[in-house]
Amino acid sequence: MQTELTFDETQKNILSGATTCEKVLDDYLQKIDSTKQLNAFLSVFHEEAREHARRVDRKIASGTAGKLAGMVVGIKDVLCMKGKKVTCGSRILENFESLYNATVVDALLNEDAILVGKTNMDEFAMGSSTENSAFGPVLNPVDKTRVPGGSSGGSCVAVAAGLSHTALGTDTGGSIRQPASFCGVVGLKPTYGRVSRYGLVALSSSFDQIGPFAHTVRDAATVLGVIAGHDERDSTSAEVPVPDYAQFLSKDVKGVNVGLPVEAFADGLNDEVRSNVEKAIDVLRAAGASIYDIHLPHSRYNISTYYILMTAEASSNLARYDGARYGFREDEARDLASMYTKSRSEGFGAETKRRIMLGTYVLSAGYHEAYYKKAQRVRRLIQNDFVQAFAEVDCILMPTSPTTAFSFGEKAHDPLQMYLSDIYTVSANLAGIPGISIPYGTDTKGLPVGVQLLGKQFDEPTILRVADFLESTLKGQES
Amino acid sequence: MKLNENYEPVIGLEVHAQLLTKTKAFCGCPTTFGSEPNTNVCPVCLGMPGTLPVLNRNLVEFILRMGIATNCSIAPRSIFARKNYFYPDLPKGYQISQYEEPICTNGWVEIDIDDGSRKKIGITRIHMEEDAGKSIHDIEVDTLVDVNRCGVPLIEIVSEPDLRSPKEAYLYLSKIKQIVTYLGICDGNMEEGSLRCDANVSVRKKGEKKFGTKTEVKNMNSFRNVERALEYEINRQIQLIEDGGEVVQETLLWDANQNVAVPMRSKEEAHDYRYFPDPDLVPVLVDEKWIARVRADLPEYPTKRRDRFVAELGLPAYDADVLTVEKGVADYFEETLRKLSSVSGKPAKEDAKQVSNWVMTDILRVIGEQKIDIDDSPVSPNRLAGMIGLVYDGTISGKIAKEVFEEMLTSKDDPKSIVQRKGLLQVSDSGELEKVVDEVLASNQPQVEKYIGGNEKVFGFFVGEAMKVTKGKGNPKIVNEILRKKLQALKN
Ligand SMILES: [Zn+2]
Repeated sequence: MQTELTFDETQKNILSGATTCEKVLDDYLQKIDSTKQLNAFLSVFHEEAREHARRVDRKIASGTAGKLAGMVVGIKDVLCMKGKKVTCGSRILENFESLYNATVVDALLNEDAILVGKTNMDEFAMGSSTENSAFGPVLNPVDKTRVPGGSSGGSCVAVAAGLSHTALGTDTGGSIRQPASFCGVVGLKPTYGRVSRYGLVALSSSFDQIGPFAHTVRDAATVLGVIAGHDERDSTSAEVPVPDYAQFLSKDVKGVNVGLPVEAFADGLNDEVRSNVEKAIDVLRAAGASIYDIHLPHSRYNISTYYILMTAEASSNLARYDGARYGFREDEARDLASMYTKSRSEGFGAETKRRIMLGTYVLSAGYHEAYYKKAQRVRRLIQNDFVQAFAEVDCILMPTSPTTAFSFGEKAHDPLQMYLSDIYTVSANLAGIPGISIPYGTDTKGLPVGVQLLGKQFDEPTILRVADFLESTLKGQES
Repeated sequence: MKLNENYEPVIGLEVHAQLLTKTKAFCGCPTTFGSEPNTNVCPVCLGMPGTLPVLNRNLVEFILRMGIATNCSIAPRSIFARKNYFYPDLPKGYQISQYEEPICTNGWVEIDIDDGSRKKIGITRIHMEEDAGKSIHDIEVDTLVDVNRCGVPLIEIVSEPDLRSPKEAYLYLSKIKQIVTYLGICDGNMEEGSLRCDANVSVRKKGEKKFGTKTEVKNMNSFRNVERALEYEINRQIQLIEDGGEVVQETLLWDANQNVAVPMRSKEEAHDYRYFPDPDLVPVLVDEKWIARVRADLPEYPTKRRDRFVAELGLPAYDADVLTVEKGVADYFEETLRKLSSVSGKPAKEDAKQVSNWVMTDILRVIGEQKIDIDDSPVSPNRLAGMIGLVYDGTISGKIAKEVFEEMLTSKDDPKSIVQRKGLLQVSDSGELEKVVDEVLASNQPQVEKYIGGNEKVFGFFVGEAMKVTKGKGNPKIVNEILRKKLQALKN
């Protein structure tokens, strides 16, 4: 099976003639079909992908293939592909097909990636376990009784289970990094504005970012290099040049200043997670990095600030699903008001409705000042914490999640407990900075632990460099 | 309708002007009016999942023109907000507007009120927003939605409550229309909805400082309706107070057919729009350089232009008013004058009245009759100036000029060739004209005797007869001279 290989290795084999894109793809398709119980994919493009693979093979033969020739990619079903369903894991968009390609989809296609299918997710990216999908939960391939994390659970599992080389997810409060940590793969959330959001069905516009899942930091860096960059269709995408990320993967961390937020290593952190993260710190120190304690004084407001602002934006972003123009409409409706209420009551799941109500509440007259406005002010304080921290250190290291993967149903009925699993990830979204989660050991049950690195805005190079180094030390141990 | 003298109305207007940008506010769709329903659309203005708005810079350019022309402060940084509400013709479930940080604030315009003085009307703010679509309620098929208008850029101009009568409101609205059309940012057509107006109205006893409870009147879709609706609502409020009642804060819809304002159902107006900054758009930054450039490119403000026409060109106030109501007319007038002065070599002041007469009586009549824009006038400023020039140099008489003008309406020929083709050249040959005069005097003996008897009033009669004989082509100045000479000789 070639599905055990990283993209980097696969592409070498393809370019040397040892295999072809078509053969590689066939292995992946076979594996996708044989692991349906994982429920990672909502749609698979068998024929189209095969045709595409053959086309890329011809391009390789003629020497005109793009950077991602041979890469099999899964796409979170919140990203638009022309003529393809984009369900967002919701009944309300169950049969909705997009009229256009997301900018990231075009970017991948332009470099000859093969898009194999759309992956399962929490409804409208709302959740931390992928239990909120209208199309059933995704199973964690490491332990099928446990959640894969969320909301990009399908994309994460696609990579973790070897169903694609890489996959695109979206990260609004940790939805790439947290599942990456639960399933033992690399998950990268770029700087806000680094990757165009055009064609990403919005959950919370000022937090959402698209990023890759991969087996290695190098593969994640390769995908980022392709999808990053300014897009005139997204006013919030930055006009910052895109570096060649691979050049920073030097396997050297000498002189890098790493900050450890005291607040993140306090109570509530699982001991086994802590000890794995501390191992990573020791390895960095031994390799010549300087380790410092830092403070993020407003971090205790992270979760409340995030859930106020995120739900406020979500309540507005999801207003368009009203049954009037497309998507699910409850046919029993007799007038406008009942069409709205019936369509939305039936079409949306419980968590989505909970967040729409929360968001509507915090924006309402009389509460707007106390919740929305105040949360905006706190967000600026949190951003400022990071600005001050990064005046001292080059990157910040902490756990990705306070625990390893939890069991199905464990938190599903306690939204607050579920929200707290984002405690280490939301800060990067509040501050708009890049973050990466890489697997670093396992707990005694064999469940993966994730280490998270956060960087300055647009300083993906530093976190990729440190992450790549840590990854290499782990591989050294295994062999 | 007469208003109760003991009360003073307090009125503020909210005017929406649809901008003449070629494309929509946040996507590249055309803004063409009257297209097939749902054809000027794309994923962005349809609010398709995943799409994002991108600001049309021309929208900012246009509102800057308006803000500067109305003496507003321009915010160096302003932001867009979402106005959230559900309606089928609002695909995103929110309208992109400006709320807390609008781009233009604290401006004013002047209106000429009845007592001949000028009154300053404050402008609270002017902000940018996108239009919603149109719902067509058809009994047969329920409701149809046309989203062509979705995303068409609007500006909302909010006045201070400085207006004290329906007439003032009318004058203010006319002023706003004049400015937007002058600036070329809106066609000003109220009937087609490119200019829309809502009013906030209250009344108070004369001398009272405190404002009364206000109501909002909507749906007044013509200038005439604005005046009528305001009169109606002011009288209603006064009557209510006089009868011992109280004005309730509510929204009323003007019904032009019944001439009444009907309260909206309270459910319809109980909106909490939940405004918040639109995270999909970045702040609008306007620097001094941009403002200076727009200011430099600004056409002359209508009031200023009117005053200049009086002061510099010596036009009567009436002429100046008529010529400056529309920018196109004033431009036409000035263009003609410039062309004429370059031919006549005279200072503009000497030609101005002549040109004004032609524009006011003839050009405006023609474009009125043909229902066309002055830019499409069959007689261009160049040709009109050419024709007036022919009168100046004696080629034709003023009377013939009218005939030439009529011909120019259908012929593309230059005035000179029309004159030649139709044989309208003025006769200035004294020998020829002497013969004509002799003939006139000979065949009108009774009048000649009257003249000799001391009745000099019949002189005009002889001139008229002589012109008749020459079919109007005789040079009246020379005809006059010859007549005077001959009659004098007879008298002696
Ligand atoms: Zn459009």
